[in-house]
Amino acid sequence: MNAIKRTIRDIFQYPSAAVGATIILLLIILAVIIVIAFPYQKAINLWRAGEEVWYKSPKTAQPKWVNWFRARDLPETLFLSTLDGSATKTIKPVTEDLTQVIMSFPFNYNYDYFPQELSVFFKANFNTKKPLVTLTWVSPNGEMQIANFSIRASESYRVSQDEKLTRKLSGLPPQQALFVDLNSAVLSPVKGPYELRIVGNLFEKGDTLDAEMVMYGQVSGWAGTDHLRRDLLIGLMWGLPVALSFGLIAALGTTISTMIIAAIGVWFSGWVDELIQRITEINLVLPFLSILIMIGTFYSRSLWIILGVAIALGIFGYGIKGYRAIFMQIKESPYIEAARAYGAGSWRIIFRYLLPRIIPVLVPSLVTAIPAYVFLEAGLAVLGLGDPVIPTWGKIINDANNNGALYQGQYYWILEPSVLLMLTGLAFALVGFALDRVFNPRLRGV
Amino acid sequence: MAEANLSVPSGVSVEEIKKAKRGPSALVRVGKYMAVRVVLLAMTVVTGLYLTILIANMGGYVDNIRRGEIRETISQRTLTDPALKALAPDERVRRLEELIAQEEKRVGLDRPFVIRSFDFLANALTLNLGRASYMSSDAGSRMVRNIILERLPATLLMTGSSSLINFFLTVGIGLSLSRRYGSWLDKFVIGMSPISAIPAWFYSLFLILIFAAALGWLPYGGLVSAPPPEEPVFYALSLLEHMILPLMAWTISGFFGQVYAYRTFFLIYSSEDYVEMAKAKGLQSRDIERRYVLRPTLPNIITTFAFLLIGSWAGAPIFETVFNWPGIGRITLTAVNLYETAVIVGTTVIFSYLLAITVFLLDFFYALVDPRVKIGGEGRNA
Repeated sequence: MNAIKRTIRDIFQYPSAAVGATIILLLIILAVIIVIAFPYQKAINLWRAGEEVWYKSPKTAQPKWVNWFRARDLPETLFLSTLDGSATKTIKPVTEDLTQVIMSFPFNYNYDYFPQELSVFFKANFNTKKPLVTLTWVSPNGEMQIANFSIRASESYRVSQDEKLTRKLSGLPPQQALFVDLNSAVLSPVKGPYELRIVGNLFEKGDTLDAEMVMYGQVSGWAGTDHLRRDLLIGLMWGLPVALSFGLIAALGTTISTMIIAAIGVWFSGWVDELIQRITEINLVLPFLSILIMIGTFYSRSLWIILGVAIALGIFGYGIKGYRAIFMQIKESPYIEAARAYGAGSWRIIFRYLLPRIIPVLVPSLVTAIPAYVFLEAGLAVLGLGDPVIPTWGKIINDANNNGALYQGQYYWILEPSVLLMLTGLAFALVGFALDRVFNPRLRGV
Repeated sequence: MAEANLSVPSGVSVEEIKKAKRGPSALVRVGKYMAVRVVLLAMTVVTGLYLTILIANMGGYVDNIRRGEIRETISQRTLTDPALKALAPDERVRRLEELIAQEEKRVGLDRPFVIRSFDFLANALTLNLGRASYMSSDAGSRMVRNIILERLPATLLMTGSSSLINFFLTVGIGLSLSRRYGSWLDKFVIGMSPISAIPAWFYSLFLILIFAAALGWLPYGGLVSAPPPEEPVFYALSLLEHMILPLMAWTISGFFGQVYAYRTFFLIYSSEDYVEMAKAKGLQSRDIERRYVLRPTLPNIITTFAFLLIGSWAGAPIFETVFNWPGIGRITLTAVNLYETAVIVGTTVIFSYLLAITVFLLDFFYALVDPRVKIGGEGRNA
């Protein structure tokens, strides 16, 4: 116990290690909170969901906080619905069968930039006769009818993609044209009160009609969104526990089993040692990354299978030779001879006398191995071999690369997962580095 | 060994014993040692290679994929062939099966995978890399050798040059830092070294983002600009321009960590007792460095260097993907995606041969530069 305390005190003599340890601690706490507050299945379902869940958020929108650094704000998403009361709906019976529903979506537009898109989603309930809707746009410049059509039970009208409307608005994209004064030469939105008015005609008794208007902003959420309108925050958050557990399990799995195998080889020597040495050499011939790529392509891209293979290939890695050299020295120590003299069995000597001696060497290499595995996972994901289900940071980078984020200036998409990866990697590296200097007496004073 | 030496037969002079120990027996010992090493290394290469063949073929499953593809294409062809259309249905099926069997025989699928796998092994070991089924080199050749050779220069240029530059730079700076450790420069390097925990491909993302996307100063990736410049001078310039970011990424990722490692390494060796002794004797620091510090570290440095060189052969799939660099690493990726086992095995066999030869030669190097190492003797690590 005292030894541990002393070690911790020693580590904290290095300010960089203290920073690293604090970051690691925070990351772990955060990971635990995320796993508890945001259960795995819920996160996966959200991450794997399509437009039906994410239709309220814009595509590849920057995170909200970019507005803090801008002189003029980028528009946020505006969502108005007659279902939750954020828009008004009045029902006016006209005849026995015919009912008129007047829906009004009023809002103030105070941004200097245009929204990204404009869409209206209808939900209607009817028997056979389709309701007919008329959309009117009321802006500070005046009033105009933008569309007129009959709808199905569930209909989405993408104003931005309406070709007819575009032609009518002298070729400008509707989400821009609807906000400018078409008579002036200035191409910036006119600020002021706006309203989308929808008049629906229902032709049967008991029919209902509701509508939702989404004015997609150019910023969304604290992390922005990707090409599938998903909030990146979910992926980034869940990437943390995934990265930590992958790195930790892989590093623990390889270093500990490598150590045990090296000890067994040294203690039993003879053919056991020979065999271990040969396997190590064969393993060095095998192309590590290629095999992982092959496993990912041929068999399964599951994170846990890749993890297992990485551990299996890592066990007989270079580390074995280093541990072996150390065990060779320890084996000759007098206390081992004493243990043998009192009749300790081979396994007892290995696990009680040999292994504990090497822990000082093991701990630093264990900690430095963690970022290596975290980046291995990210690297495979960047190659397109990421787990198909679980969101990881590497996969977000891969998505961003595949969708040309760099070419379109969507830097946040790459920067967010990268900075998180870098933070995690550096934190472990800082601590591992200090541990190395604390535990390795040869490095002391050097 | 020691006991054997003790039992000196009477009547034999000391001179003779010495002769016996040095003369022919040394040769025999070295020869025996070499033979054992060669056999072991050969076994290693063969086993490693066979495992790779098994994995690359998914234990024979790739053959099934091939068979399915052959069946598919031939059925398609027979459907549109008017000569076959005219035949009776069962006659047509018979003819179809015949064609499929013929094609399977042509590509060698008529024999079981176990036998074929040993064929693959024999071919690979004799460097008879064969032909690719889907891939072809940019020049249009289907020979696996050409596919690999075509990409080799790009990989050697990138990984080779970067690792060479990094190696000499970091060893030199590490050595000079070890001379004045504790200086602010030394502390700076120590402080910066954890950034080497992050791989080069990861830094490339940032570099591309800054210098290609945001500033637009340098190209995103690729070997040369498109279309490639005709003039050799401009071609070289374009190549250099495309190499700036990759080299930067390698350097950022490798530099500080390696300098730190070498510096510590040299420091440990220069705190040995014999170095103190040399200092006490009043030897010049230059002589001390050369004879007492560098000499014993030479085996390690040579090992690192050798592995660096053969390591650059394998290329860096992730790095090359990020930079869209047409090297060996990218071939491996494409090959895996196309189930092109011949190419996967081809790159592996060359790598394992290089590795085996290097390991074998290194043993002799050790003996050459380190008098403590005795080949074939029951030395420190036998």
